[in-house]
Amino acid sequence: MTSTATRPTASGPAGRPSPERAPRVLSFSHKLSKWDLKLSPYLYISPFFIVFAIVGLFPIAYTAVISFQDWDLVRNSGEFVGFQQYIWILENPQFWTALRNTFSIFLLSTIPQLVLAIFIAAMLDRNIRAKTFWRMGVLLPYVMAPVAVALIFSNMFGDNHGLVNNILTDIGLQPIPWHKDPFWSHVAIATMVNFRWTGYNALILLAAMQAIPRDYYEAATVDGAGAFRQFTSITVPSLRPTLIFVIITSTIGGLQIFDEPRMYDNTGEGGAAQQWLTITLFLYNIGWREWNFGRAAALAWILFLIILVIGLINLLVTRRLVRDEGGRGVVSPRKKGFRR
Amino acid sequence: MSISTPPPLAIIEEGIPQTSDRKRNRTTKIRGFRPGFWVYAGLGVVLLSAVFPYYWSFLIGSGDASTINDPNMSWIPGGNFIANASSVVNDPAVNFWPALWNSIYSSTLIAAAVVITSTLAGWAFAKLRFPGSKALLVFVVATMAVPMQLGVVPLYILFADLGWTGQIGAIIIPALTSAFGVFWMTQYLQQSVPDELIEAARVDGASMIRTFWVVGVTAARPAAAMLFLFTFVGAWNNFFWPFIVLDRQNPTLPVALSLLQSNYFVDYSVVLAGVLLSTIPLLILFAFAGKQLVSGIMAGAVKG
Repeated sequence: MTSTATRPTASGPAGRPSPERAPRVLSFSHKLSKWDLKLSPYLYISPFFIVFAIVGLFPIAYTAVISFQDWDLVRNSGEFVGFQQYIWILENPQFWTALRNTFSIFLLSTIPQLVLAIFIAAMLDRNIRAKTFWRMGVLLPYVMAPVAVALIFSNMFGDNHGLVNNILTDIGLQPIPWHKDPFWSHVAIATMVNFRWTGYNALILLAAMQAIPRDYYEAATVDGAGAFRQFTSITVPSLRPTLIFVIITSTIGGLQIFDEPRMYDNTGEGGAAQQWLTITLFLYNIGWREWNFGRAAALAWILFLIILVIGLINLLVTRRLVRDEGGRGVVSPRKKGFRR
Repeated sequence: MSISTPPPLAIIEEGIPQTSDRKRNRTTKIRGFRPGFWVYAGLGVVLLSAVFPYYWSFLIGSGDASTINDPNMSWIPGGNFIANASSVVNDPAVNFWPALWNSIYSSTLIAAAVVITSTLAGWAFAKLRFPGSKALLVFVVATMAVPMQLGVVPLYILFADLGWTGQIGAIIIPALTSAFGVFWMTQYLQQSVPDELIEAARVDGASMIRTFWVVGVTAARPAAAMLFLFTFVGAWNNFFWPFIVLDRQNPTLPVALSLLQSNYFVDYSVVLAGVLLSTIPLLILFAFAGKQLVSGIMAGAVKG
């Protein structure tokens, strides 16, 4: 695929004396095909990069500029104020509440979800009848919009007449203040996330399970290991790379949670005492309720830095944990945009 | 849409696990015994909890405003679903039909655009050698970690300047490409197209574009269909950016749902009827393409 030493006369670099030997003249079609070879790849990737430059790169850079400004919506321009917006956010107790809530919801919606997903995947990995039916059934929640999920669940978790509290009082327990208490509101919101994503992640883990060589299980059976021992000693360790990958994608998505807390009550401000205010919901309130774009931009950068830091920690932990398992279930990145 | 089988040139059959192949080599294995009652019971519970919210919204949506407050409410749906649904559909403040149409056409356009741009770029990254290709691909993958929130403020200012706030174009333009799509197509084409095939086409005098069209597009079809599906579902359910940039006159379905809640928050029967109504189009899609969604998720996770 490399070009030969012959150069077409026309396309010699400027300022180079032409060699003594008369160069071999290439036919027009040959020249065309060479340019075709050189330029085509860039032509093919250009649509992606042009769009990304306009709606990705430019906004990111401009967010940085705006975050150092006091943005005036009427004049549609900003005034440089240094780090003032960042300081305002870091000194605002609501930000720290939102940070706490975001992490709390994230943990409540990641740990139980992964445990459940592993067990569902293990059941699906058995030699069951009607495989496709069960797999599709598990994926059913994924097609419901998060907004719709949030509306249904916030109705079920109603404080006075919600389904869950009705059941609790029927069996003689105390009703739970799903909206008043921060922790319980996080549980309710995490339940919405879990409803939608558990099956999805179970299918990813199922694919990883199917990549585990069956000989391991045969050997273990011969050695007298029971089903449970096989699960803890073969299945779970082999899933480690995939698990870590799922955790990283969950992190990127989970720290951005907006839809569910926005729809958890009809005002959408995150609760009277910010019980379930999350970072992105806080960003929306600053930007499009108070119309303060400088602060919103600063918060967006802070969120990005948080995601980067957590992502790096994930990566370091990954390196520590994942030894090369001899190619059992090679992980490849998937979309974080599928998540929430 | 029908999913064509991979053409014979896809020699390495790794992209999409075929359940039929699996079945053959797994029934004979150690765990090939049919599992007992408990596995089915466990899966049954999972399935019930997956279906329950759908059923619950139908149950409440078929009642009236007092159903939710009735301590002895029945588990049998009432007869009011059509009435509630029509009050959603006919409410001028909700704009249900425009929202449905907006959702359908914006999601379709976005998914088609993502498939086209991703197939082009994926082909270049997977099969063409050019200076800087590795670095550019790393860059593409790195952009996947950038949250949408980082760009919304300037994007909003940009679209407000153009006078596009409230226009569906404002949610289509930013979604025309997808870093994930490029990566997905690159991966797939790398696995499914042997280099000899391209060399043969080149030796036979095919231009680059013709090679792409004959070899690349043909090979990419199954992966393109899946990418279309996932992008469509993602675009349909997307809320954060549409909620910021659209208004109540011209919403998409999720945005319309959020308006529905603020209008009817006392009457949950109407709200949940609207929720179910807005989910029906995707349920129809799921009925036809759920199988592809399943294998798409399983193919994207692990290269077996």
